[in-house]
Amino acid sequence: MAPRVAKRPFTFTGCVELRQTLDVHALDERELGHRLQEVPAESIFFHTFGYFLRHRPVTTAYGNDFARWAALELGDRALTERLAVVDPFAFPDVDALREHLVTIVQDHLRGRDESRRVEFDRAFHFQRSHLVEVPLGLTATNLTEFRAGLASVDASAIYLHIVETRARSERSTGDFAEWLRTSLDLSALAERFDHLDPYLTTLERVRGRLLGLLDEALESERP
Amino acid sequence: MSRLDDYRRVAGPGAVDLILRLTEQVQGRRFLHVTGGRLGGTTEMVRAAVPILNDLGIDTRWEVTGGDSAYYATARTLQAALEGAERVLSEEGLARWVDMNHLNAKKIDLDADVILVHDGQPASLVTDRNAAKWVWRCSFDCSSAQASTWAYFRALVDQYDAAVFSMPGFESRLAVPMYIIPPSIDPLSERNRELAPRDIGEILTPLGVARDKALLVQVGPFTRAHDPLGVVNAYRLVKRHHDVRLVLVGIGDGEAERHEILSQLLEAAHEDPDLIVLELPSEAHPQINALQRAATIVLQKSVHSGFDLWPIEAMWKGKPVVGGYAGGLAQQIIPEVTGYTVHSVEGAAFRIRHLLNNPELIARMGAAGREQVRRSFLITRHLVDDLALVVHLTR
Repeated sequence: MAPRVAKRPFTFTGCVELRQTLDVHALDERELGHRLQEVPAESIFFHTFGYFLRHRPVTTAYGNDFARWAALELGDRALTERLAVVDPFAFPDVDALREHLVTIVQDHLRGRDESRRVEFDRAFHFQRSHLVEVPLGLTATNLTEFRAGLASVDASAIYLHIVETRARSERSTGDFAEWLRTSLDLSALAERFDHLDPYLTTLERVRGRLLGLLDEALESERP
Repeated sequence: MSRLDDYRRVAGPGAVDLILRLTEQVQGRRFLHVTGGRLGGTTEMVRAAVPILNDLGIDTRWEVTGGDSAYYATARTLQAALEGAERVLSEEGLARWVDMNHLNAKKIDLDADVILVHDGQPASLVTDRNAAKWVWRCSFDCSSAQASTWAYFRALVDQYDAAVFSMPGFESRLAVPMYIIPPSIDPLSERNRELAPRDIGEILTPLGVARDKALLVQVGPFTRAHDPLGVVNAYRLVKRHHDVRLVLVGIGDGEAERHEILSQLLEAAHEDPDLIVLELPSEAHPQINALQRAATIVLQKSVHSGFDLWPIEAMWKGKPVVGGYAGGLAQQIIPEVTGYTVHSVEGAAFRIRHLLNNPELIARMGAAGREQVRRSFLITRHLVDDLALVVHLTR
């Protein structure tokens, strides 16, 4: 049986995150709560969703930059735990995510007169990023080519096609699943792609899991 | 095959291809780097990047500003004040510095699409700016710059299109966008390339460094900020329990404190044959490479620092780093993964003893450090960031 040919090819695109400092800083938990309410949505995005792009196995334990700061600089275990468990994919948009983070910090501070203050060089420095897309010159017109492309592309392509497009467009599906569904009519496989949980894992692990799903699908297509 | 291909065997997977793809987006654009000299940390990256970019078809030049002795004196004073030291700058001196940079602007071919001006000395070139995108590249921490100096200097930097800092928190208030691009090392340079064990021995023997016991090494200027005396005290605490040797490598010159600290170090070394104090020029790349490779543990017990590259060089050579909690060290060292950050002499001694008593940690942290550098601090990552900046600024 000839492999199913896509209605339109999939083009793999990588990305580079150009970081910008906002010159906005928090030296204690109270300031963190205030600044979280003020900074642009892009900054909330950078410190939560962007964590997936920047962090690797040894540092993924915190889930986002706010939890990491609470752990390493403030040494506040309770706040670390409450921030680390925040799954950015569970919110309909960045403002809802921001609201949740602010609520956690305010709730944590309730009943406390003061919070630990750190020196400036240990402050939380708010940033944002500009994503520069980089076409990688790889396209796929069927599932076999798609698997080969996914196995070899720079990890930033996995972030762009799964995390970035899904979060920015506020749609419930990533680029990979969208293509499988609309160009190859593989709805069941697309659904399995969408159900893959990238929270608290690494881009390489996500790649491995996606390749596993593709291997199963290719195996089942064999005569 | 381009020079960049040599990096495929050392850079992270996909890094070289990402550079090639980004290069396609900036083809036809011309870059110009302007620095205040051809030696020193910030120039190493320029030295490595310029030939690579030219190989890839991106017209990239490197120019240096110069002037008379008054020009250099003002530039040095300005730089120190921007880094937070208390200095007195005269209006006359600053006017002379600006005039000399007007002359530099006439001499230097500024015909480029993107001009990256590095640090203090050449910064006022921007007053002669053309239609290019002008970027001020700041390699030091100016968050605690002397207020009056920053007020003066800021008026210059605000004429750029953007500024680039080494890490968040190193910036002072500016009206232009401030980007973050950490510095990097060149893994194929004399300073960082692989050395065979025999080569290491041949380099260390003339320096008087034997390899018959565990070696602790700190590289950095003999200044209070880098705390070599604190390192000696930490070493003495360790020495009560472990037969170790400490090598302190002082590089750079001209620091006012150097003579006082050096005499104290030499006095301490006079009483202890396992304490070796070396003064090397900053371009002693093979010697520093060999010392870092021979080290069991590398120390960087700074109490105040910018973004020093010695810890990154050591991590690239697979060494755990025990560093002070200062400046860029907190960003370079992942605590308990690639080394430890410490806040005191006792803390440094404790961590060194912990590592010496658990040698499997030395190997594990060394390997993690090398991977951390491969992903985050090699010139390939730096080129990716610089090219992304150019794409972003010129699109």
